[in-house]
Amino acid sequence: MSPAPETPGTSQAAVTPEPPESPAAPGSSPAAGTDHVYLSLAEEHDDDSGRWAFGTGFTDPLHGVDTAVPPGVDGAALASLCLELADDALVQAQRLAEWCTRAPELEEEVALANIGLDLLGQARLLYARCGRADGTDRGEDAYAYFRDPADFRNVTLAELPNGDFAFSIVRLLVLSTWRLAVLHRLTGAQDPVLAAVAAKAVPELTYHRQYAAQWAVRLGDGTEESHRRMRAALAQVAPYLPEVFASSPADGAAVRAETVSVLEQVLAEAELAGALPVPDEPGSADGREGRHTAHLAPLLAELQQVARAHPEATW
Amino acid sequence: MVSAPAVEQERRAREAAARVPDPELPMLTLADLGVLRGVRVEPGGAVVAELTPTYSGCPAMAEMRADVAARLRAAGFARVEVRTVLDPPWSTDLITAEGRRKLAAHGIAPPGPAPRRTGGPVPLVLGATRHAVECPRCGSADTEETSHFSATACKSLWRCCACREPFEHVKEL
Repeated sequence: MSPAPETPGTSQAAVTPEPPESPAAPGSSPAAGTDHVYLSLAEEHDDDSGRWAFGTGFTDPLHGVDTAVPPGVDGAALASLCLELADDALVQAQRLAEWCTRAPELEEEVALANIGLDLLGQARLLYARCGRADGTDRGEDAYAYFRDPADFRNVTLAELPNGDFAFSIVRLLVLSTWRLAVLHRLTGAQDPVLAAVAAKAVPELTYHRQYAAQWAVRLGDGTEESHRRMRAALAQVAPYLPEVFASSPADGAAVRAETVSVLEQVLAEAELAGALPVPDEPGSADGREGRHTAHLAPLLAELQQVARAHPEATW
Repeated sequence: MVSAPAVEQERRAREAAARVPDPELPMLTLADLGVLRGVRVEPGGAVVAELTPTYSGCPAMAEMRADVAARLRAAGFARVEVRTVLDPPWSTDLITAEGRRKLAAHGIAPPGPAPRRTGGPVPLVLGATRHAVECPRCGSADTEETSHFSATACKSLWRCCACREPFEHVKEL
């Protein structure tokens, strides 16, 4: 997948395109699938001088994991759930990466990029799971790069432009709270791969929600101007809440109750109680059915541009 | 029955894999970090090493995998497979005592115990609840967090109010 928003100081060598890696064909020897350009480079050098820019070699994130769909698990339902959660994460990761060079402080830029990187990692695992569950054996790139906006199943809140910092914080608060509630429940999923992916994501999302909640309190209970902007951001996000609640994959009422309770806790602390009206009824699941705002297409165009211009390239 | 040479082979393979440094925290080996889950030699002679990612989006996973394979090949094992293991998820509790000592020696405050999770929803705790992190330079507990996220996903950024030095802390996961 696309090189993740690289955190400072992690790459030592110039990034050179990797020669194409032969995908491990089903039935080929397992060792062939692990062959990698780093091997030859690392072998030519002493231990510490052979470092190569990393974060640039992409292999199946589920490599070596038993990905057979267990009996009794509905593959189509599993695939569609993984796709929804992966699309939410990928689109959100792309928006978070857009904060690079634009955040109010360097620390916040690093934080937002880190959160995006976690979500990108979750998306990769979920796409890989989806490719096995839907029976197509597609890799993660097929989902991320070679689907059009109407094929994406993310909630539309994820695709809205970043707006000001307050808007991005409110969106992150809502989506991380909802996602944590959902993935926490999925740690008990019948599919062991999804359960493991969820278990890995829960502590990450706990940090994301904590980050957003602390900023929400700081801004809401901050200056007159920051409070005003938080109110405006909450009003902008409110119309998208019904769609988020419409799309809880399982245990929707409990997910909704948990999400609302956490949001109320944060908003009370932020002197913003009541500023985010919670819908009585779930709304229509627009994004989950492929109906998106006009903002998704340009986001995907940017995300997919290189992969589509050079469809056989690896890096 | 396992022959003595097979046991010896497995010991050699384990030692070779255990010495691979972490790409982002090179003062630690993958064994110190707890991401090397196991190494075994299969009856046919192939070595299988198991790695678990720290964070879902850890960008160093591919390099770790390649480094382990390269080390094992350099140690004379022709057939090597490195598998990803997701379950149980990695936790900072898996960082060894030796790993914690090395982190502190390199100016990175090691993690405290990871939060214990119970069955219910993950609680959100607001306000000052974070435990004190000791400055790895001067040992003072008078420190404050400047950012929850640092140059890598696994660390947060701190500063010491006593010696005034900034430092990183491997955050509990």
